[in-house]
Amino acid sequence: MPSLIDIRRRIRSVKNTQQITKAMKMVSTARLRRAQERVINARPFSRMAGEILRSVAAAAASGAASSGNAERISENPLLRARPENRVQLVVVTADRGLAGGFNTNLIKAAQQFIAERSDQKVELELLGRKARDFFSRRPVQISGELTGVSLTAGLPEATVLAEKLTGRITAGETDAVYILYNEFKSILTQKVTLKRILPVEVEAGPQRDYIFERPPAEMLAGLLPKYVLLQILEAFLESAAAEHAARMTAMDAATTNANDVINKLTLYMNRVRQASITREIIEVVSGASALE
Amino acid sequence: MAGMLQLEVATPERMLLKEQVREVEVPGAGGALGILPEHAPLLSEIGNGRLGYVLADGRRKWMAVCGGYVEVQPDRVRILADRAENADEIDVNRAAAALKRAEERVLHPLPGVDVARALNAAARAQARLTAAKSAK
Repeated sequence: MPSLIDIRRRIRSVKNTQQITKAMKMVSTARLRRAQERVINARPFSRMAGEILRSVAAAAASGAASSGNAERISENPLLRARPENRVQLVVVTADRGLAGGFNTNLIKAAQQFIAERSDQKVELELLGRKARDFFSRRPVQISGELTGVSLTAGLPEATVLAEKLTGRITAGETDAVYILYNEFKSILTQKVTLKRILPVEVEAGPQRDYIFERPPAEMLAGLLPKYVLLQILEAFLESAAAEHAARMTAMDAATTNANDVINKLTLYMNRVRQASITREIIEVVSGASALE
Repeated sequence: MAGMLQLEVATPERMLLKEQVREVEVPGAGGALGILPEHAPLLSEIGNGRLGYVLADGRRKWMAVCGGYVEVQPDRVRILADRAENADEIDVNRAAAALKRAEERVLHPLPGVDVARALNAAARAQARLTAAKSAK
């Protein structure tokens, strides 16, 4: 039977752990609000850009059809769908763990993606230390990695990545780009989301008679890279919010669990103490009766 | 509302402005565009420059915008700017310093200096200064 001192020591250790998990939970809660705001602030621009892109695409398509150079637009490497022999997958994970299934779920999905495309060449673009640590020891092709910014990644990081990806697809080094990230559904749920960002899929929007200052096809060529950038930015922001939420939930569960453990240990400690007191009384009593 | 335009200015990171206005002046890529209500639908790129608008009470406001797109509908104007700042948020000293630095680079290019980039930086700084000056 463990001694009282051992049990007390364990209780103290669990209490210390609980303080840490509690602090982490509070930090995540505070930061989650800001991360959510960033997601919400970025939404109007995304939506407006999507609408403009659809209008321009519709105008470009009809303009091209009437002037007989329809193939010129579909030849834009950012739009042209082609057999996917070389695929690039952007994996957005966190830099730190202690966030429940946040990283594991995503990495599992990434492995599944690779397994499903065993006949294709899949290259990984890794974000977050967790993805790098996992894949750097495995036989996969890695085209780039970025760590240390999982919670703060914003426009500058997204711009760099977008330029790299559009550059590669324009140069014909890859056929399609997918992005895999945790979408912030609610505080309790994150959804692993896979999106194809290149080639861009544009469903033609409502045809309006806009006045164009430049030929729509040219404008489209300028808009597409921006649209790609926006989708990457959106994934970054969503992932940051989801990471905070996941960590918050995980740390809340850990705190509750630590409480349970402390209660159980305290109960056990009291029993042990009671048992030793009883034993001592018996010893005293039996000692006294032996003297009679 | 009749005779008014809904002006929306957004950057990738935030919605900067959503306001009913009487008139908008947009720095189009090919020159300034004045837009009044009931304007024909228009899509255009915008350059670096000052964006002006007139509020319902007649006050004129300015902001600096750098690159992006403008969409005009009869009852609304949407600006998607790569960067945008309200005139009163602009740090004039910083913009002036940036302009000076960029001009220096263009006039006396050192090896390894990207002149196109410097020109662009100069245009952005100029846009900020113009917007800030107009607001005074």
